[in-house]
Amino acid sequence: MKLTPQASRRLAAASLASLVALTACSTNSDGATAEGGVSLDLVAYSTPETAYNEITANFAKTTEGEGVEFQTSYGPSGDQSRAISEGGQAADFVNFSLEGDLTRLVDADLVAVDWNAGEHQGIVADSVVVIVTRPGNPLGIKGWEDIVKPGVEIVSPNPGSSGGARWNLLAAYGHALEVNGGDEKAARQYLVDFFNNAVALPGSARDALTSFTSGVGDVLISYENEAILARQNDQELDYIVPDETLLIETPAAVTKDAEPEAQSFLDYLYTDEAQASFQKYGYRPVVDGVTGEVDGANDPADPFPTPKVLFTIADDFGGWPAAAEKFFADGEDGEPLGLVAEVQQETGKLGE
Amino acid sequence: MTSALLGTPADTVGEPSSGQRTPRRPFGRRRRASPRNTLTPGAGLGLGIAMIWFSLLVLIPLIAIIVTAGEGGWSAYFNVLRSDQTWAAVKLTVGQAAIVTLINIVVGTIIAWVLVRDQFWGKSLLNIIIDVPFALPTIVAGLVLLSLYGPESPLGLQWANTERAVMLALAFVTLPFIVRTVQPVLEELDADVEEAAASLGARRGTILRRIILPSLAPAIAAGAALSFSRAISEYGSLVLLSGNLPFRTEVVSVRVLTFIENGNTQSAAALASVMLAVALVVIVALDIVQRKVANRG
Repeated sequence: MKLTPQASRRLAAASLASLVALTACSTNSDGATAEGGVSLDLVAYSTPETAYNEITANFAKTTEGEGVEFQTSYGPSGDQSRAISEGGQAADFVNFSLEGDLTRLVDADLVAVDWNAGEHQGIVADSVVVIVTRPGNPLGIKGWEDIVKPGVEIVSPNPGSSGGARWNLLAAYGHALEVNGGDEKAARQYLVDFFNNAVALPGSARDALTSFTSGVGDVLISYENEAILARQNDQELDYIVPDETLLIETPAAVTKDAEPEAQSFLDYLYTDEAQASFQKYGYRPVVDGVTGEVDGANDPADPFPTPKVLFTIADDFGGWPAAAEKFFADGEDGEPLGLVAEVQQETGKLGE
Repeated sequence: MTSALLGTPADTVGEPSSGQRTPRRPFGRRRRASPRNTLTPGAGLGLGIAMIWFSLLVLIPLIAIIVTAGEGGWSAYFNVLRSDQTWAAVKLTVGQAAIVTLINIVVGTIIAWVLVRDQFWGKSLLNIIIDVPFALPTIVAGLVLLSLYGPESPLGLQWANTERAVMLALAFVTLPFIVRTVQPVLEELDADVEEAAASLGARRGTILRRIILPSLAPAIAAGAALSFSRAISEYGSLVLLSGNLPFRTEVVSVRVLTFIENGNTQSAAALASVMLAVALVVIVALDIVQRKVANRG
């Protein structure tokens, strides 16, 4: 290929122009659709996708939601949050599985500081930590004490890479504190036994479920809504709600420069209709008086049994920042290791 | 070097290593007084595009990683590697990647040989299937391997959540590298030379050692470098299969993800740049070995 100088100059100009065009291709975030309606960017963690499909369709039928279209993005909670705060992903409405993923956006000045000032503290749906067993519960697992018996194989997502896994470990720790009358040493020993029985710590809650349904382990620590959704999708598994467990609260918010319709959507989520959709797919509603059967629950007519003791992050663990520091700090900043990380190192070395 | 990669054929970019090809040059093009600027406009454009593309995709992100890691000074590196758990992950990852690369060198070369030199039923099908590990999303690969070697294994092999699972997943995703780099070289290899050697009384072993291997060495080394670098960075196929157990089956990429999840970008970058350095050392070492072997021919 021989080029005359003129031709090559033209080519150079052309490639430069295309490069400029390439960099100019930023995301179109003005939110207007072709028909003059509004398009909202909904960014959420993976599990509520089925619920949101129904909720967004119903919202479009209301007067506030008329003509509103949704651009949805679902993925691991932490990744989604980082994509918005660092990657500049467009978002009008966000829903994460962990408070820390939302406060990351507050720190990045993308979400108002008073996002949790409302009646429901910014929480749109609840769930609880449950123990998933093989069909028919062949080992007769009744609660937390049964899973740390010798030989029981536990699958739980990796508390390092999966933010959601932290709910599970705090529920287990809370149980141990409760039955041992607040003895932190005994509770720590419970975690040691727990990790000694762990056969797999997959990357995310979804990976853990996949691993479990592929035959790994005897029990899976998961969320009630995940277990119910799996059963709705014909996965063969059972679950029990332990006597002591932790309330899982999933926060949602609108971003600072969101379209006004995003706030209407957030308000709509607290209506009976939207909460009924969350309930249908296994979430515990956050408003009273929502009824309806839940397919896949142990008892579809009475889907959400009240555990004897229900811990909350705020009341029993001093809120997420304190809990993260105490249990999950990775020691990289010169601070001491978190309790869970420490126990993991200890049990890991023994197993070597 | 960049222009060599670009392969602009007729351009007189850089002198060919053997300077005896002047007669094939186009007329009237031997006019450069200064050897410093040897770029024709076309070649300059090529080099420009190559450098812009390379910088955008590789150079700038790499520098960003090193800068982020460097913000904490040497102590950041020290802190990261001081953690037993991280150190165990590095050892496991590098060790398994090395084993898998060695296996690939042997098995990959054999597969390439079989595909080029032998005729058998189903050969062209096999030739296509070799690329499947490239095409398959790695998470799907992990699922497939889990169903094959997990607790419900139809083969009776329960390797999930052990070190073997790590090796298996790495071997699966890196298999095509050496096959695909060796194959074309083997196809070009002149059988006459082997026949001549045989007629001079060389045994099969000698022919293999003195003629075939030296010609294949650069291709094998290139494939091995790709295979090793890919193996130390693997994540997708491992998350389901290996179980991510600290000190036992947790690989470096999972550690990096843990740092990111905790907001420790600096530690993540430090660990990532340590792995970059490991990859660099191995690639250079492979190149040295390759030259030694090639020179024996």
